[in-house]
Amino acid sequence: MKQNKLYAFLVPVISVIIALLIASVIILSVGKNPIEAYSIMIVGAFGGSEQIADTLVKMTPLLLTGLAVGFGFRAGIFNIGAEGQMTMGALLGAVVAMNIGSVPSVIAIPICIISGMIGGALWASIAGFLKAFTGAHEVITTIMLNWIAVNLSSFMVTGPLAVGSGTPKSPEIADSAKLPVVLKVQASEMSIAIFIAVVVAIIMYVYLEKTTSGYELKGVGFNPYAAEYGGISIKKSIIMTMAISGALAGMAGIVDILGVPPNRFVGELSGGRGFDGIAIALIGRNNPIGIIFAALLIAALRTGSNAMQVQAQIPDDIVSIIQGIVIFLVASERIVYSLMQLTKRKKGSAAA
Amino acid sequence: MSWIEAIFNILVNPLFYQMALLSATPLIFASIGGTFSEKTGVTNIALEGIMLMGAFISIVFTYLTGNPWIGILMAVVVGVGFTWFHAWASIRWCADQIVSGTALNIIALGLTAFLMKPIFGNEGRTDFIGRVQNVKLEFLKDVPFIGDIFYDLSPFVYLALISVLFSWILFYRTPLGLRMAAVGENPEAADTLGINVFGTRYFGVLTGSIFASLGGAFLSVGELGSFGENMIHGRGFIALAAMILGNWNPVGALLASLLFGAAEAMNLQLQSSSIISVPNTVKPLFNMLPFIITLIVVGGFVGKSRSPAADGAPYEKKA
Repeated sequence: MKQNKLYAFLVPVISVIIALLIASVIILSVGKNPIEAYSIMIVGAFGGSEQIADTLVKMTPLLLTGLAVGFGFRAGIFNIGAEGQMTMGALLGAVVAMNIGSVPSVIAIPICIISGMIGGALWASIAGFLKAFTGAHEVITTIMLNWIAVNLSSFMVTGPLAVGSGTPKSPEIADSAKLPVVLKVQASEMSIAIFIAVVVAIIMYVYLEKTTSGYELKGVGFNPYAAEYGGISIKKSIIMTMAISGALAGMAGIVDILGVPPNRFVGELSGGRGFDGIAIALIGRNNPIGIIFAALLIAALRTGSNAMQVQAQIPDDIVSIIQGIVIFLVASERIVYSLMQLTKRKKGSAAA
Repeated sequence: MSWIEAIFNILVNPLFYQMALLSATPLIFASIGGTFSEKTGVTNIALEGIMLMGAFISIVFTYLTGNPWIGILMAVVVGVGFTWFHAWASIRWCADQIVSGTALNIIALGLTAFLMKPIFGNEGRTDFIGRVQNVKLEFLKDVPFIGDIFYDLSPFVYLALISVLFSWILFYRTPLGLRMAAVGENPEAADTLGINVFGTRYFGVLTGSIFASLGGAFLSVGELGSFGENMIHGRGFIALAAMILGNWNPVGALLASLLFGAAEAMNLQLQSSSIISVPNTVKPLFNMLPFIITLIVVGGFVGKSRSPAADGAPYEKKA
């Protein structure tokens, strides 16, 4: 048992290390110094209170999309559509937040967050219903829903919701819907959003580990046939899982509007963060507590890579490469496991 | 009535059919690529990423050598090498094939965007680099309608049609095709009969990647002559839908791809129609059309078509 837990922890850690090594070869191949690049990255992500605030702000939606994808994985569903659900959550939540007027914040903020969650949940449910009733694979349907969401949101910001000229954007949300700021360093503002996200992670941990319903959900993920034999409706479980996963992604979308200036819906907002969620869930081993640390890691990579792009002229797309390699290695964890066995054996023979 | 009039006008214009054929071409390649892989029991969700690599590598080598055909050749070589990782993980290491394929998609997106700057010096989209000359079929020049569609086309279109014929014969008329089907349907039984399960699966995934790479190369050196970030634009996934709708049969995949191609062509023609005017703000709604149709098709037909029985399931030899 102890062995298993150690192994579960080591596979993602070793995967990240291997990915960073491969990425450094790629950085070398374009004639840059990887050690310099990584040190700029670390300073850019943690070098001062402003950098730390930036990293935590970036981490908030990532933690939530990581939880969204991880929750799906637990029930055996691969929600690759967090991107679109995040957009739809942001869209619906922002429309509510723009029109909420002077309702007190204690009421306005929860209403806006819940609207965002509903937006994401409804969007994800389309894929849930299709999988439950026709067997359509959620990977294809959620990707299609992503593209539809992208087009729908660009229609909304250039059409019905458009204000001003220049880059398409919606009106600013009502002041009462903005999340309270806890830390302000120069241009960086950090709201309470990060605490909300961490609380959501803890709630999900308790639900999965300590409740009957969470146990059933894991049962469906582990062996759907056995679970159905045990009296659990798979159809219901698929739709519920998809909806909750989508609600978490939708929450990621809306807290980013309520908590981060310019507090507007700007259309294609996600910038790949839905896909970041996949890497985060896998690095965190679909465990909500693990996902918190994984989200911090990816947020640090994202913030640090911005600095790297500006200071060392290394495109920040390197982060996607690192993430892709990590996902690949965690998916084929037996490669990593064999590597571990190999080094163990070498050590063994050296000792003998 | 202007809508019906506009659609009628588009349908009687040979340009629509030519555009449908061109829009279908990358889908035909990629859906055949996916069929090769899944016939032998390996799901290939990485089509999108392989196509993106194909589009990128063919432009890079066209840029370096000035010859788009060398670009296409290199796209195939690199595409096979890239896909090998997915094959290796799925076959040798029993990886989750969906997750491993997603990893390839993300790596392709990152790698192509990352390398654009050092190679071309700009981000987003490259300048015009070069493209393959169209084939002019002189004997069709004066044939009405048919000639307008087929007279002046990219050789990729014909290559795609030949690929359909080639793979149909391979699947249904050769011992190799029979072995592929056996491995995809029941690997245990195939193994007992002495068929090399792993070897056949590698063959399926890697041969499939040749077609997917060609589909990607068509979009860059076959059509536009340039490369743009994320330029596959979901076509890899639409191709998966075409593969499903085509019931894992190359002729079915061809027909499904033509349907999606026609939807795309109709979308583009309506947007530029002179009879109705589509305001710029509404254009994104039109662009949803191919994705909505794919969603409906996947939702409506997946239960009615039948995938290879061992599709997506890793095979472990019993010791």
